[in-house]
Amino acid sequence: MDAVIETHGLRRVFKTRKRSVEAVAGVDLTVRSGEIFGFLGPNGAGKTTTLRMLATLMPPSGGSARVAGCDLSTQPDRIRERIGYVGQAGGADREITGRRELVFQGRLYGMSRAKAEKRAAELITMLELEACADRQGKTYSGGQKRRLDIGLGLVHDPQLLFLDEPTTGLDPQSRARVWDEVRRMHDRGTTVFLTTHYLDEADALCDRIAIIDYGKIVAEGTPEELKRDVSGDVVTLTVAGDQQRALDLLKDEPFVREAKLDEGSVLLYVDQGEVSMPAILRLLDGAGLTLQTIGLHRPSLDDVFLRKTGRSLRETPA
Amino acid sequence: MKLLRDIWLVFGRYFGLFIRNPAWVALGVLQPLLYLLLFAPLLGPLNKVPGFPTGGAYNVFVPGLLVQLGLFGAAGVGFSLIAELRAGVIERLRVTPVSRVALLLGRALRDIVSITVQSLILILLALPFGLSVNPLGVVVVLALIALIGLFTASISYAVALAVSDEGVYASIVFTASLPILLLSGVLLPLGFAPTWLRNIAALNPLSYAVDAARAVFLAHLTDPSVTKGVAIMLVLSIIAIFIGARAFGRAVA
Repeated sequence: MDAVIETHGLRRVFKTRKRSVEAVAGVDLTVRSGEIFGFLGPNGAGKTTTLRMLATLMPPSGGSARVAGCDLSTQPDRIRERIGYVGQAGGADREITGRRELVFQGRLYGMSRAKAEKRAAELITMLELEACADRQGKTYSGGQKRRLDIGLGLVHDPQLLFLDEPTTGLDPQSRARVWDEVRRMHDRGTTVFLTTHYLDEADALCDRIAIIDYGKIVAEGTPEELKRDVSGDVVTLTVAGDQQRALDLLKDEPFVREAKLDEGSVLLYVDQGEVSMPAILRLLDGAGLTLQTIGLHRPSLDDVFLRKTGRSLRETPA
Repeated sequence: MKLLRDIWLVFGRYFGLFIRNPAWVALGVLQPLLYLLLFAPLLGPLNKVPGFPTGGAYNVFVPGLLVQLGLFGAAGVGFSLIAELRAGVIERLRVTPVSRVALLLGRALRDIVSITVQSLILILLALPFGLSVNPLGVVVVLALIALIGLFTASISYAVALAVSDEGVYASIVFTASLPILLLSGVLLPLGFAPTWLRNIAALNPLSYAVDAARAVFLAHLTDPSVTKGVAIMLVLSIIAIFIGARAFGRAVA
C-alpha cells in the first residue's frame, strides 16, 4: 500500500535560555494509505510535537518527511490542501456559530460561498450538530464541541486527517461517538493519524500503533503483533476445592512462564493461550481436578509499554 | 488574487465578530466622545498661553488625540488574538492554505476600519467646538491614522503571538506605548520641551506623524512635514507587516 506519511530521522529541538530539549529524537515511521494509525505515549513523549511538524505547523530541526505525497520542507502549501488537522484545543471560536465556522473554513480552502454552505450543511447532518449549529460555540457540550472541531478538519474532505488526543476530557458516551466518527472516516478511505495516551483507544480504534517515549519510537505494529511480541497470554482458572493443587500441578509445565494465585483463582502466563488451554484441560482432567471457570486474557498494550520502557503507562501522570 | 481573497475572507470573519457585538460597537463610538467631553474643556484657556501655536487649541489638540487613538486603539488588539491562540483557532487557520499575510492583514484591516470610523466621529464631534479642517485634510489625516493603526496592530499581533500570555503582552505593549506617546508631542506640542527632550523625540517616528497631523489641521497641507510623516509611517507599516506576517507563519503555542 502507498505510504501517506513517511519520515526519516525526524527531530525537533526546543531551545530555552538555559538548555535545549530534544522533544522528538529521530522518528522513522510509515503510515499507509487508508489506515487508522495511533501514536501512543505518555504526555511529553513527543506525540503532539511530531504531529504538529507533520501538519506543517512547526518546522523540524532535522530529518525529512513526505506527507500526502509532498515534501514537508519544500511543499508545505500543497500538504495543507490535502490534510486536515484537529488540535487538542479544538479550533472553533467560542463567539461564532458552528455553521459560520464551517462555512468560513470551507472558504479558506477556496470554496465558493454556495459550495461552502452546502458542505457545512452536509457536515452538520453527518456529525449530528443540527441542534446547535446556529448557536455560539461557547454553548456547546464537550461532545458537540469536539464533533464541530472534527467537522472543521473534514471540510475539504482531506485524504489524511490528524487528530491530536481526540477524546481527552470527553465523557464515555461522547468518546464512543468520536470513535464512531473516526471509523466512518476510515470506511470512506480517509487515512487517520491520531495521538492518544489511552491504551483502550489505541487498542480498539487503530489498525497500527507506534509507541513513543522520550521522543523515540520504541515499538511499532498492529496492536495484536505488539501484544504477542511482548508477553504471550494470560489464562485465569478456578477449580473445585483447593486452588493450590491446580497451581502446583501446572506451574512447572514447559509452556507456563509464570504462575500465581490471585484473588482465589489461578493465573498462568503462557506463550500462546490457544495452544495452552487444551493442554491445561487435559492435565487437570488427568489429575482428577474439576474445572469450574477458565478464561483467556490477552495482554494489554500497557504490558507492551511496560516491557519497552520499564514504566507503566497507567502510572505516568496523564 | 488569492492574497486579496484571503484578506477579504479574514477581514469578513473579524469584522463580523465585531459588528455582531453591540457592546464593542458602542464602546468604539463612546471612546472618541469621552476624549472630547472630558478633555476638550481643558483646552479653551490654552489659546492665551504664550508660545502656543496659533490656529486654535482644537486644531492643535485634535491631531494629537487622533494619533493617540490610532496608537492605543491598535495597541490592545493582541488580547483577542491570545484568546484565540488558546482556543486553537490560530493553529486551525494556520493548517489551511490561507496566506499568512492575510491572517495578519485581514485582522489589521478590521482594526483600521474601527479606528478610522472612531477618528471620523472625533473629527465631526470636534467641529462644533471650533475645529476647522478642509475635506482633503480629513482624508490625509485619516490615512495617516490608518497607517499608525496598521503599524501598531501588526506589532501588537507579533508581540501577542510571541508571548501568548495576556499579562506579559499587556506589560510589554503598554510599557512601550507610553514613552512613545509622551515623546511624540501628542499631549502638548514639543515646542514647549527642553532641547534634550526634543532630541529624544526626534528619534521617535510617531512624533513625525503628530507633526504631520498637526500641520494638516493648521491648514499647511503642503508643508513638507506632511509628506515626511506619511512616508515614515508608510515605511514603518510595511516593515511591521513583514514582522507580523512572519509571526503568524511560525506561531508556536
